[in-house]
Amino acid sequence: MIETTLDTVCRIGKVAFKNPVVMASGTFGFGKEYGKLYDLSKLGGISGKGVTLHPRPGNPGIRVYETPSGMLNSVGLENPGIRAFLDEECAFWERLDTVRIVNLGGGTVQDYVEGARLIDEDSTVREREGRQAVDMIELNISCPNVKAGGMAYGIKTSVAREVVREVRAATSLPLMVKLSPNAEDIADMAQMCEEEGAEAVSLINTLSGMKIDVRRRRSVFDNLYAGLSGPAVKPVALRMVHQVCKRVGIPVVGMGGISCAEDIIEFIMAGAEAVQVGTYNFVNWQAGAELAAGVERFMAEEGIRSLDEIRGIL
Amino acid sequence: MATIISNRRVAEGIYVMHAKGRFEAKAGQFFMVRGWENYPLLSRPLSVYDQDEQGVKFLYKVAGEGTERLARMKAGDEVTLLGPLGNGFPAVHGRTALVGGGIGIAPLYYTARQLEQADLYLGFSAEVYEEHEFRSLRHPVEIDLGGIVLDRVDFDAYDTIFVCGPEPMLRAAQMKSAMSSGRANVYVSLENRMACGIGACLVCSVGCENGRKKACSDGPVFRAEEVVLA
Repeated sequence: MIETTLDTVCRIGKVAFKNPVVMASGTFGFGKEYGKLYDLSKLGGISGKGVTLHPRPGNPGIRVYETPSGMLNSVGLENPGIRAFLDEECAFWERLDTVRIVNLGGGTVQDYVEGARLIDEDSTVREREGRQAVDMIELNISCPNVKAGGMAYGIKTSVAREVVREVRAATSLPLMVKLSPNAEDIADMAQMCEEEGAEAVSLINTLSGMKIDVRRRRSVFDNLYAGLSGPAVKPVALRMVHQVCKRVGIPVVGMGGISCAEDIIEFIMAGAEAVQVGTYNFVNWQAGAELAAGVERFMAEEGIRSLDEIRGIL
Repeated sequence: MATIISNRRVAEGIYVMHAKGRFEAKAGQFFMVRGWENYPLLSRPLSVYDQDEQGVKFLYKVAGEGTERLARMKAGDEVTLLGPLGNGFPAVHGRTALVGGGIGIAPLYYTARQLEQADLYLGFSAEVYEEHEFRSLRHPVEIDLGGIVLDRVDFDAYDTIFVCGPEPMLRAAQMKSAMSSGRANVYVSLENRMACGIGACLVCSVGCENGRKKACSDGPVFRAEEVVLA
């Protein structure tokens, strides 16, 4: 038998992921909990729970509702704030042998910028001391823009451009922008990110959805709308990833409803450099490790030595 | 995977599942349970009703698609269990009362089984179930059908009180506790909707006196006065 080594490495700029499986923000905490269940070094990377400059309590009321092949969530960016993240979680991140991505949210452009600066300064100190904890920033532009009447930054390209530009200027860490499927034109949005100097884009964030309790005659969620994720959104996500890959030259990280290795292969064939896995962590707590192994199994079965052979073939 | 030893109906929409396996669950802890592959997506959090040499028991109520599927499962079928999770009830001292409303009686059986002394107060709205099992523990048991079980409990007569039941009952317990002499340490066990069950996703987060806590990994048992129930 001839020993062949499979090349599963994915790259965003100088950052190398050992495989395409990255855990999606908001479903994986900062990794500690799942780290007790399996070895996180089996993962390509993790994107931590979204953090904002100031701590946020999140939304009141019911926060999750299961729908056919999907789930709606309304967590509302509950997080301890960037300072607490850097002080309390990064010691754990220092020791992780996987790509560590900070997911950054905000309320005003100033919040985003100040947040990015804090992360960047902390990172500079750590780098000097040889104890890096953060490899990349994932910028979440789906947050409500207070100035624009609460409409998310991620809807209009012209509104999002300012945030991307300012955050880009505030950090030298690799920057990936997470795009919303609720954007007016997601390919335009991606192109704007490329023009503004982002190293990558990731998509899709959750689709805005709704659930009405017909007996009580009101929305299940205090916040009225909630974000849909899970297998129900996968076809939409795949189409959008394909469209974005056709438009931009920077790496695209695809996500939306991934539940098996074949789903990952689909995203890579659509042009994605790597993928993120979110809701499926709740279906299968060993999702990350199993999917990473599943990709290798698929490659071996199909005689694929490197993901480059199939990336963007459509 | 755990093999189901038995899964029997004990009242309208109420079942007891016995699943095989060696667990070291503490009273008041729970498992994330699923009896299917990918759909429904989420596992169902069920608290430990009892534990023996053969495995773990769940007393559960059919409330939706997931529990409906669990109810249809038979001996020999397989369920996936993640757990035991959460912290369970704290160690008790002095005179103890265990108060359950409806399916909220589930975590109290295994708790009572481990206590030297406990007075049990069990409230039901339509039909009494598992009365025989609770009585076999040889603790005093008061049953309330159709009324308000909390009205039967003198909070000043106890040092520790555990309450598990629907949210209005937990709120009533908070009020009662606040108006009592303060002798009893009162604890409530929450049954929030959960997704991960291990503290990563924050969908079960509850407001507490010192900020947010997670019902799954910080709870599901909290001091009555520390949680803010909506």
